[in-house]
Amino acid sequence: MSHPEHIIPHGRVLRYNLRERLTHWVAAAAYIYLLSTGLAFWSPWLFWVAAALGGAQVSRMLHPWAGLIFFASVWNMYVMWAQQMKYTDDDRKWWKAVKYYSTNQDDKMPPAGRYNAGQKFLFWGFFWGSIALLVTGVVLWFPEYIPWNLRFLRYLSVLIHPATALFTIGLFMIHLYMGLFAERGAFGSVIRGDVSMAFARRYHPAWYKEIVGESSSPRK
Amino acid sequence: MSQAILRVQKISGHAGSVPGEDTQREYTVCKLIDTTTCIGCKACEVACMEWNDLPFGETVFGNTYQTMPETRWNYWNLILFNEHEREDGSLMWLMRKNQCMHCAEPGCLAACPADGAIVQYTNGIVDFQQANCIGCGYCITGCPFDIPKMNPKTHRVFKCTLCTDRVSEGLEPACIKSCPTGCLHFGSKDDMLELAGNRSKQLREHSNFPNAGVYDPPGVGGTGVIYVLHDASNPEVYGGLPKNPRVPWSVKLWKGPLKWLGNVAMVGGLIGLFVHYLRYGPKEREEEDLVSGPGGGKT
Repeated sequence: MSHPEHIIPHGRVLRYNLRERLTHWVAAAAYIYLLSTGLAFWSPWLFWVAAALGGAQVSRMLHPWAGLIFFASVWNMYVMWAQQMKYTDDDRKWWKAVKYYSTNQDDKMPPAGRYNAGQKFLFWGFFWGSIALLVTGVVLWFPEYIPWNLRFLRYLSVLIHPATALFTIGLFMIHLYMGLFAERGAFGSVIRGDVSMAFARRYHPAWYKEIVGESSSPRK
Repeated sequence: MSQAILRVQKISGHAGSVPGEDTQREYTVCKLIDTTTCIGCKACEVACMEWNDLPFGETVFGNTYQTMPETRWNYWNLILFNEHEREDGSLMWLMRKNQCMHCAEPGCLAACPADGAIVQYTNGIVDFQQANCIGCGYCITGCPFDIPKMNPKTHRVFKCTLCTDRVSEGLEPACIKSCPTGCLHFGSKDDMLELAGNRSKQLREHSNFPNAGVYDPPGVGGTGVIYVLHDASNPEVYGGLPKNPRVPWSVKLWKGPLKWLGNVAMVGGLIGLFVHYLRYGPKEREEEDLVSGPGGGKT
C-alpha cells in the first residue's frame, strides 16, 4: 500500500504532520519545565533553578499543572501512535543488532518501519513513566489530604516519583542526543515535518517502502 | 539576645556546610511531659494559642473532652484523651499532650527540599521558617508523628516551635509556664532524662506501675520532648504514640541511595553521550544525500 500523501515536492517526505509536531512541542515545553523544577526539588545544588523560574513557591504551584499538560500530550501521542508503536519480530532483531546502530553502522541494521525499536522503547517508556508520574504526582500534589492510615501512599510516592523521573531523564537525554546531534535531519523533521528521501530510506526503510509503494523505484 | 541559642546546626535543602554545625559544646533543651500527673486541664493549649497569637479554629463536640480532634496548622499543642482498659479490667483515662517532638534526627528536615525552610538550632529545637517554605508537604511525609500541618490558604506548613522566641530569651516555653500540676518540665536534655528516670522509678517501685518508663525513641535519634508513661511498653494507647518511630524507609532511600545513584547516572549519562559523540560523531549527514540526489544514496 503506498501513501503518496507523504511525498512532497523537492524529493522530501512528510514525516510528522502538524498535529504530531504540535503535540511534540507541547510535551517538550511541559517536560523541560517539569525537569527544571523537578531537579530543583531533587537536589539542593539545583534549588537555584526554581528561584530563577520565579521562585520555588511558584515552581511548586505550577509543577503539577505542567505535569497534567505533559500527561495530556503523552496521551495524545498514545492516541496517534499506539498502533505504530507495536513491537514486531523485526524490532527484536533490531535490538539484537543495536550495537551496530549505536556505532553508526546503519547499513547492518534490520529494516525499521516508521519508528525503529529504540523509538518505540522511548515511546512506551515515556507512556508508562508518565502514568506512574501522574499517579504518584497526584499524591504528592495533595499530601495533606492523604489520611494517616493511608500514609504508605505518600511513602511510595516520594520514592517512585523521582525514580520514574530519573528513568525518563535517561530516555530524554538519549532522545535529545539522537534528535539534535546524532541523526542529522531528525530535528528538522519535528519542526517543519519533512525529511529527505535518503533519510527515510536509510533510517526507516520499511516505512519508506510503504510510502513509495513496494514496486516503485525511489526516483518515481 | 543570646545568639548562641539560635545557631543553626541543620538546614533543610541546603547546599554546602551549615554555619552552626559543630560549634557547640553540649547543651540540648528538652521538654518533659509526665503523663501520670497530667489532669487534662488544657491550660497548655490556651497558653500556646495565647503566646503564639494563633487564630482560633472550629472546635468539635462529640460528648468527650476531645473538643479538638487533632493538631492543626493553627493549633500546635493538643491533649489527647484516651480511655484504656487494662488487662485486669480496670479503666485508665490517659491524657497525653501532643505536639512536635523536636527529633534529634528530624524526618521533616530530611525530606524538605526548600533551602532553609526547616532548621535545627544547636539547642535541638526544630523550627519551620515559613518564609522559605514552598508548600510541597514533604515534611508531612517525613514526620513519623503526623505533626506538620498545612495552612490551606497560604500553603505553608506550621507546627510547635518549642517557643524558640521565649527559649532564646532564657524563658521556658509557654505551655510549661501554664501547667498547674507541674507535669511539664523544661531544661537540658540530661536533666530532664534524669528527672524522668527518677519519676519512672518512683512509679515502678511505689505506685504499682511496673512498666512505667521514659519515652525517648532512639529511632529518630532521641527527641527534644520526652514522656513519662505509666506503661512505656505500650505507647500506642496514648493516642497513637508510635512504639518505634523512624524516618520512613522510603524517605531514607530517596534521600540516600536513590539520590546518589540518580546523580551518578545523570552526570555519567551526559559524559557518556559526549564521549560517544567524540568517538562516533553523527550518523551520516543529510546534506550528502541531497548532493547525490534522492535516488543516489550510498552504495
